[in-house]
Amino acid sequence: MMHQYEVTFAGFGGQGIMTAGQLLAYAGIEEDKQVAWIPSYGPEMRGGTAYCTVVISDIPIGSPIISNPQCACVFNRPSFDKFTPLVKAGGLAIVNSSLIDVTTDRTDIDEILVPANEIAMKAGNAKAANVAVLGAFIGATGIVSFDTIKRVIKEKMARKKSVLEINYHALDEGRKLALKTLGKKARG
Amino acid sequence: MAKVLMKGNEAIAEAALRAGAEGYFCYPITPQTEVAEYLSKRMPEVGGMFLQGESELAVANMLFGAASTGKRVFTTSSSPGISLMQEAISYMAGAELPVVIINIMRGGPGLGGILPAQSDYFQAVKGGGHGDYRTLVLAPSTVQEAVDLTMLCFYLAQKYRNPVMMIGDGMIGQMMEAVEFPESYEEPPLPPPDEWAATGAKGRKARIIKSLFLDPVSLENNVLILEKKYQQMIREEVRCESYKISAKNKVLIVAYGTTARICQTVIDELEADGVSVGLFRPISLYPFPEKEILKEATRKNIKSVLTIEMSMAQMMEDVERAIQGRRPVHFYGRTGGIVPTPEEVKEQVLKVLSVKRRSTKKKS
Amino acid sequence: MAVDSKTVFDRPVTLRDVVTHYCPGCTHGVIHRLVAETLDELGLRERTCGVAPVGCSVLCYNYFDTDFMEAPHGRAPALATGFKRMRPDMIVFTYQGDGDLASIGMGEIVHAANRGEKFTTIFINNAVYGMTGGQMAPTTLPGQITTTCPAGRDVNHTGEPIRIAELLAALATPGYIERVAVHTPAHILKAKKAIRKAFTLQRDNKCYTLVEVLSTCPTNWGNTPGEAIEWLDENMIKYFPLGCYKDYVEPEGK
Ligand SMILES: Cc1ncc(C[n+]2csc(CCOP(=O)(O)OP(=O)(O)O)c2C)c(N)n1
Ligand code: SF4
Ligand SMILES: [Mg+2]
Repeated sequence: MMHQYEVTFAGFGGQGIMTAGQLLAYAGIEEDKQVAWIPSYGPEMRGGTAYCTVVISDIPIGSPIISNPQCACVFNRPSFDKFTPLVKAGGLAIVNSSLIDVTTDRTDIDEILVPANEIAMKAGNAKAANVAVLGAFIGATGIVSFDTIKRVIKEKMARKKSVLEINYHALDEGRKLALKTLGKKARG
Repeated sequence: MAKVLMKGNEAIAEAALRAGAEGYFCYPITPQTEVAEYLSKRMPEVGGMFLQGESELAVANMLFGAASTGKRVFTTSSSPGISLMQEAISYMAGAELPVVIINIMRGGPGLGGILPAQSDYFQAVKGGGHGDYRTLVLAPSTVQEAVDLTMLCFYLAQKYRNPVMMIGDGMIGQMMEAVEFPESYEEPPLPPPDEWAATGAKGRKARIIKSLFLDPVSLENNVLILEKKYQQMIREEVRCESYKISAKNKVLIVAYGTTARICQTVIDELEADGVSVGLFRPISLYPFPEKEILKEATRKNIKSVLTIEMSMAQMMEDVERAIQGRRPVHFYGRTGGIVPTPEEVKEQVLKVLSVKRRSTKKKS
Repeated sequence: MAVDSKTVFDRPVTLRDVVTHYCPGCTHGVIHRLVAETLDELGLRERTCGVAPVGCSVLCYNYFDTDFMEAPHGRAPALATGFKRMRPDMIVFTYQGDGDLASIGMGEIVHAANRGEKFTTIFINNAVYGMTGGQMAPTTLPGQITTTCPAGRDVNHTGEPIRIAELLAALATPGYIERVAVHTPAHILKAKKAIRKAFTLQRDNKCYTLVEVLSTCPTNWGNTPGEAIEWLDENMIKYFPLGCYKDYVEPEGK
């Protein structure tokens, strides 16, 4: 039973952090949920870490300040260091293993390693790394359906068929990885 | 119309257009520049005027000129820019001009920072310029409410022929939420601008839009005319909302804007722990919901009041004035661009609850 | 084998040994260096007070090792006036962007120059509001796209770009006003000469001095550092010709 779910996307400018969060927020609206997309703004945005938090809820959203999200999707090392310690116990970290060569030592959260840059390159465009992580996130949590997120990607981001295919591919690779990781965990 | 995901600043811009704004004058400043950027595209599309002025000082006076034509005009800025506008706001209040001014507040004083704050409360509600005047001030706590109140601002500005302000912290401007714009915007009837605007003295007496009254008797008269409007605002324009106020509350929180939302989360969490707290949220900051707060705060079950702000006990002065010493009023705030977390607010509520318990023991 | 070594290039003492916040390819840093070298060479560091603007260079007091004031947006010339009038023995300079000086602060700069205030202004013209993310500046070129003129600057709507050096040179009060650029080594050398001349005139208590420097903003022009240099060379210099617009002339009989 979902009540409210909070996820932070973090990385450096240019990694599509803000876009990943916005795609998820759009998908939430499509599914008639309450959503809030909260950006970091300010001097941090120039070169430093950029992050946004998306809240998806069944009821009106209260605080837009989320100290401990259920999930952190981290795209680079500084974001890993900053945000994985903040994840709520029982939560989830999705780690871009293309750029982060460490794993969390927390035992109270799940961790999914997604070589997002490699997936994106293989899919045909380095820019799709954010979508690969998004795929892993949705695969792991089921917060929104894949049909919805695909529709949103088509409408908001990739109208061109070739670009769309690349993003769908990255999304699916992320999803498969998440299912595999969590499935293994459950069995082992 | 379906719900769309929009950044607060862009939603405000779009709402102003829907409310019939015909002119927008601006000067860039973080964290509200997206309003200007949005309107630099959209205003020309709808045949309106978009102009970036050379300073906020100029912009506010452009607004003076633009409003004198009887057209719907507005500006947006953030704290340091709003300070520069104060002279013109005083003149426009004196000359009875309907203008809308939106302040997406950042931390001060001085250049301060660019992150969310509510530190311009005094400036907005007490009149940041000189003279006996007031601006009507509204404060949204969600992006949807920012849309609704922006549209309301235009109506109220016309209704009272007075500057109307909306103040939101940087969070309201920067966050994205789902918003719905009304299908069609129909407002209640208003006095037509051609009764007062400078439209050319054809077949009527020339009109002077001014605030100078050298004769003290006529100046006092003008101030009394303004004062009448403010009294009417106090009767008709108080807006507020309550959240989980009940006979079980021991503490009443008073907060507005983003801070109020944080308090809602705290209240939900405390409720789950069996602690009952209510929230009173002023939506109009001038006129301040004094009677309403007094009524809620003096319920038998309420032992004390806690004001939460992103400023240093500014609104608290109005809360204290409303409550007239009949309940202790506590304060907790963060400032400088720091938004309080639900965790720290919760701690403050618990502290107030235990302080009160101890003091009742002492009495008995 | 022992080699006689001689330092031929070093960091000026007036410039702190810190990493700046400027974007890659931004020439604010080059201009900082020229000012710092000048203060070193003239031995003025210890009696200088700078005035920082509001703009990307608001933090320049972290880079210059001199006293500093931080002015409200556009008001640096007023602060400089107040300061210099009370301490004529000190060296005062304002460092201002085009939004700061030519837009919101136009009143202050014109009157300071016209009163012949004896301070120096380093005016950074990068044709855009850098710090707030690339809005139109008074110096934005016709047709140039910015976030508040998304269809390109329309001179019928917002007028022609303001040429500050020419405008201030038209004032009758004596002064020294020159426009320079820093996008090539040759231009940098000329810019240095102008800046040095301005501070020398101030030191000798002669007149108001302003050096307008054409500067790059790759971040908001949306190009690479290399392209930004080309863009400046091809577009800005045409509109803002380099050269001395007003030279100081000793009054007769002196
Ligand atoms: C009164 C006031 N209005 C607006 C701002 C926002 N603001 C900060 S920097 C800036 C423009 C700076 O542009 P420019 O002077 O050209 O300097 P650059 O960043 O390009 O070097 C503005 C408008 C402010 N801080 N204060
Ligand atoms: S935004 Fe432009 S002016 Fe500012 S530091 Fe970057 S390149 Fe330089
Ligand atoms: Mg500039």
